[in-house]
Amino acid sequence: MRDLIEVIAKALVDNPDAVQVKEIAGEQSIIIELKVAPEDMGKVIGKQGRIAKAIRTVVKAAATKQNKRVVVEII
Amino acid sequence: MKSIEALGKTVEDAVEEGLKKLGVTRDKVEVEVLEQGSKGIFGIIGARPSKVRLTVKNDYASIAKKFMSDVLEKMGIQCNIEVEDSEDALKVNLVGPKMGILIGYRGETLDALQYLLSLVVNRENKENEYKRVILDTENYRKKREETLIRLANRLAYNVERYNKSIRLEPMNPYERRIIHAALQNNPKVVTRSEGEEPFRRVVIELKK
Repeated sequence: MRDLIEVIAKALVDNPDAVQVKEIAGEQSIIIELKVAPEDMGKVIGKQGRIAKAIRTVVKAAATKQNKRVVVEII
Repeated sequence: MKSIEALGKTVEDAVEEGLKKLGVTRDKVEVEVLEQGSKGIFGIIGARPSKVRLTVKNDYASIAKKFMSDVLEKMGIQCNIEVEDSEDALKVNLVGPKMGILIGYRGETLDALQYLLSLVVNRENKENEYKRVILDTENYRKKREETLIRLANRLAYNVERYNKSIRLEPMNPYERRIIHAALQNNPKVVTRSEGEEPFRRVVIELKK
């Protein structure tokens, strides 16, 4: 799941090297923290969070396949 | 977009030189002649080389294919990716088993993937050279269109019969357009959209 978010984030930003993804596994759900360069924040959030929403939707679909719940946080 | 300048005795030579530097073939670049060279007198005095600028064209198809195959691999989905780069849009079709997971509720996942894909494909483009991207699987887009047209006609009939306007559920612009288009020539009803994105919805009313 971590890798999926990394692939998507790196394809969207200008500084792919600054992309950091951390996975915190909980009992029922996984929290994934996505960190990008400050100037790339807009590239992963988008107008009214449209990009962030799309990323979450794709991740949710992948997680459903593995019967897991994933929360994506952009920090 | 990557671009370089190259020199050569003639324009052709300069182009050759540039292609060698870039390591691509002629059909992948756009050529702009900056200086038409001259041979000069006796080929010595006043001889000037030709100068060209080569710009590598965006290869949408391979960008799209690369991104989709990376994402699908990480999602643990195996399928073939067919890409067709036509004049008006880049069409990407996914073929494989269990595509339902990629479509999601009312095509939600497919739309999200399509949106991300179009961002990646248009990343280096300015607004005026925007490339439309259509992501599809199992002919979902066509089937959904047919469903929406049927729905539109059925609801229009109800509006007329019960003399009551009907509000549809929120839809994206593309789906709303299908409803509007389907009822455009209906003599009994009119359609309009109300609300703000992403909750904008179509309303079907009786024509006054």
